Amino acid sequence: MAIKDFLRERFFPHIWCPGCGHGIVLNSLLRAIEKLGMSKNEIVVVSGIGCSSRISGYVDFHTLHTIHGRALAFATGVKMSLPELNVIVPMGDGDALSIGGNHFIHAARRNIDLTAIVMNNRIYGMTGGQYSPLSGYGTLATTAPYTNIDYAFDTVELAAAAGASFVARSTTYHVQQLTKILRQAILHEGFSVVEVLSQCPTYFGIQNRAGSAVDMMEYFKNNTIPIGSKAKKENPDLIERGVFVEKEMPEYCSEYDKIIERAMKGRT
Amino acid sequence: MAKPKLKAHVINREWCKGCGICVHFCPKNVLELDDADKVFAARRSDCICCKMCELRCPDLAIEIETEQDD
Amino acid sequence: MKNKNIKFVQGNEACVEGALYAGLDFFAGYPITPSTEIAELLSYRLPQKGGKFIQMEDEIASMCTIIGASLTGSKVMTATSGPGFSLMQEALGYAIMAEIPCVIVNVQRGGPSTGIPTHVSQGDVNQARWGTHGDHAIVTITASNHQDVFETTVDAFNISETYRTPVILLYDEVVGHMRERLLMPEQGELPLVERLRTSVREGVDYHPYLPREDGRLPMSDFGGVHRYNVTGLFHDMWGFPSDNPKIVHGLLRHLVDKIQNNVNQIARFKEYFLEDAECILISYGSSARSANHVVASRRPRGERLGLLELQTLWPFPYDLVREKCANAKYVVVVEMNMGQIMQEVRKAVDRPEKVFLANRIDGVFITPTNIRDILRLIQGKGV
Repeated sequence: MAIKDFLRERFFPHIWCPGCGHGIVLNSLLRAIEKLGMSKNEIVVVSGIGCSSRISGYVDFHTLHTIHGRALAFATGVKMSLPELNVIVPMGDGDALSIGGNHFIHAARRNIDLTAIVMNNRIYGMTGGQYSPLSGYGTLATTAPYTNIDYAFDTVELAAAAGASFVARSTTYHVQQLTKILRQAILHEGFSVVEVLSQCPTYFGIQNRAGSAVDMMEYFKNNTIPIGSKAKKENPDLIERGVFVEKEMPEYCSEYDKIIERAMKGRT
Repeated sequence: MAKPKLKAHVINREWCKGCGICVHFCPKNVLELDDADKVFAARRSDCICCKMCELRCPDLAIEIETEQDD
Repeated sequence: MKNKNIKFVQGNEACVEGALYAGLDFFAGYPITPSTEIAELLSYRLPQKGGKFIQMEDEIASMCTIIGASLTGSKVMTATSGPGFSLMQEALGYAIMAEIPCVIVNVQRGGPSTGIPTHVSQGDVNQARWGTHGDHAIVTITASNHQDVFETTVDAFNISETYRTPVILLYDEVVGHMRERLLMPEQGELPLVERLRTSVREGVDYHPYLPREDGRLPMSDFGGVHRYNVTGLFHDMWGFPSDNPKIVHGLLRHLVDKIQNNVNQIARFKEYFLEDAECILISYGSSARSANHVVASRRPRGERLGLLELQTLWPFPYDLVREKCANAKYVVVVEMNMGQIMQEVRKAVDRPEKVFLANRIDGVFITPTNIRDILRLIQGKGV
């Protein structure tokens, strides 16, 4: 497998549980990167804290494993100081949208050229199964033993409202779509958000009787539909997959380069 | 477009965690888990080289090697 | 004749000039009184020399952003005050653990909490030392006048690059906002330490966390030929997470020893009339201006007063303080907090009972009269 060239193989088998969706995200991401033909030295992967964020340790790029929720802030520093770099930011749902929520909306607002991948397994897995802002009303978790009364964000709507210029969603079942979307997201010049519905069979699955990893992927297969599908009218609970937003907007680092040009001219 | 011809199911038994995803989603029911909960190609000749097992494996533990016909 | 190298500026601007002189490339910050001028000036000056400025959404992001930028090879800085400094602590700990050069300016104001934004205090001394969790060492430097602000800022960048550590510049609202003469040195006058980059070639195993024999750790820029991992977890010399007891012990010792074992090299101070001093004032930051005035005005009248002005607060120079105060009858620490440096001086001297505190904690600048009154009380003379 050519994508094995992008792995730090000495750390395999990886720490993720059997059937964990994050491994599938890793798989699809590497295939997307392979298709882009970039040099490994051009790629920086910045992650936060959590099972999702362990992904950075497994890939043979410049990797920055930061603190909970702050990956996008670190990534902003990397990208802005060296805009030629391709900066990919995989984060968990809690990492990106709970503690990281503020950095998420501001990175989107700036439209800085980063690729944010929200690996959404609707749980805090690393710490043993607490609910996240994506868990949803009625779910069970170790910190919601009487069921969760929090409603979940719609990551796509949040990203779009915050100003992201590329917003997409797929699942760990729809791997071919996922690879295609990740490739588009990385190529897109601006802030890209890809939400991946991923399975945590160990904590979300067991507590919510969602079955095995296979059952959870069957759920993604049967409860998601392409954007614009008529099935949504009959069943509004179906979740749309695809590219929701794709627009050309001024990218932050390019705009700042113009500032530098003006500032340097102003001196003479 | 030439139809890919199967060369081998390359399975990394060290990396395979026996999650069963490849087994369940194989369109031709080629794969099974053995007594050690590792995947193997039980019905090798039924394989159509769709590579969905390879794409969906969370552990990058299975690879479909093909010989392309011209 | 107008000397274009002389400016009449606020201390905040002296800090900006020092940073630019030292080669600052990248600043990320958030407005907070009394440090805001640093961000404002740099938003104007940095792009003029091709550098980059960004106002982030909060202080947490600012600290994280400069760490990211440092990894691509930039010299970086942020600036804040008490409440913002509190927010930065977690990321500051990350920079310590991952050994990433950066400079953090805290222009102290009255605290705790929102406190008095426009008034002075020196209340963040211990926070600079222990604000972030876990055992660790930190370098913290301060200054009492604008010339020293400029030079300590340059020094902070040098120390940061030499030891691969964050350095805190702990100024205060009085120095930050008052205007004073600053003589700008020519380029080349003050030594600059550039980032030590690895000479290991592409394809050869590079260890980001393996010190050379001289103790220095060569870095490699993100985007360069060496791909490695940076993490806040305990890690091996390749930067990969480890909970191996030997590695954990070794790394923690290294992080602390690289600073603590170099106290003498990092210590910066100024001394006035210490040789025959009966009573030594120890002070730092803007308080030292008043302490200096007391010494300068009482000496001609025969009082054997001396001043030890500390510029390096952490690592605290215990040996230096003990040595300088050995023959003094009284040691009086002058500061605008409730005795944070006094506690350290007590630990340093031969007889702790000879150490006293002359302080002021109401947001008003401590005056020479305040100090004189306290000295008289200490000496049993009444006011």
